[in-house]
Amino acid sequence: MRAAVIQFPGVNREGDAARALRQATGDEPAIVWHAENELPPGLDLVVLPGGFSYGDYLRCGAIAARSPVMRAVHAHAARGGLTLGICNGFQVLCEAGLLPGVLMRNAQLRFVCKMQYLRVENAKTPFTRSYAPGEVVKFAIAHGEGNFIADDDTVRRIEAEGRVAFRYCDAQGQAGNGSNPNGSTNSIAGVFNDRFNVLGLMPHPENLIDSLAGGIDGRALFTSLAAGSRFV
Amino acid sequence: MKARVIVTLKGSVLDPQGKAIEGALRGLSVEGVKSVRQGKIFDIELDGDDRAAARLKLNEVCERLLANTIVENYAIEIV
Repeated sequence: MRAAVIQFPGVNREGDAARALRQATGDEPAIVWHAENELPPGLDLVVLPGGFSYGDYLRCGAIAARSPVMRAVHAHAARGGLTLGICNGFQVLCEAGLLPGVLMRNAQLRFVCKMQYLRVENAKTPFTRSYAPGEVVKFAIAHGEGNFIADDDTVRRIEAEGRVAFRYCDAQGQAGNGSNPNGSTNSIAGVFNDRFNVLGLMPHPENLIDSLAGGIDGRALFTSLAAGSRFV
Repeated sequence: MKARVIVTLKGSVLDPQGKAIEGALRGLSVEGVKSVRQGKIFDIELDGDDRAAARLKLNEVCERLLANTIVENYAIEIV
């Protein structure tokens, strides 16, 4: 699979994303600087990694969402190309209008950095098909602005169309009851666009690919992507 | 020409930073403050002196970058 990781100034997880892609696909992803006007030809997947693009100036992801390379990312997504935004990358995709809603300051005002249980809400997508429906997984979270908000109609539509990818939960898979780390609407941790070729999530699957580093629950996301590049 | 753009969170959106400032004012024993909402001010200098054109330009600037209209409102003052 041909993948590219976009590097905005201030991101710091591009190496982790590249490592996870390398492990799952056997191929080296391209690292593309934000000032480029074009992506490498024939890409199956674009990854927007985590970090603090432009120091979170103005709003998280706002300036990165308007950088030159994003026109090419829009075109890639419009062609049906797979696009994954992790943490700051999720914020960028929302600011770019490729995903609905916005990620606000955590309701408790604290940066949260810990392991977090998630429930796989839709396992029929190119990003999640190597998971079982309803599977409970443990990813790392590390963010100050992960509180997903959208207007009521948008939230209803996302829920009705099966566009919630992951939900924060406890070890038993129960959402709510204090398992929501940031106040996110309906405990939403990750959402798809309406064509299921764009996914944004706050947790970090790319950091759970090696049992030496705390677990391998993130691997299935990358093996899902490696298994094929189109949602049928 | 100089302009000021004020961006504020919509009333329906929880403002945890404003709430924290409210709490800090209580901690300082400042009485009579009912609530605080935090926003942003942008002071912008523009070429030319056509106020109507400036307002149109600033509307575009707000819609395209300064405000996320899902959760924020903006107000434009030409000064």
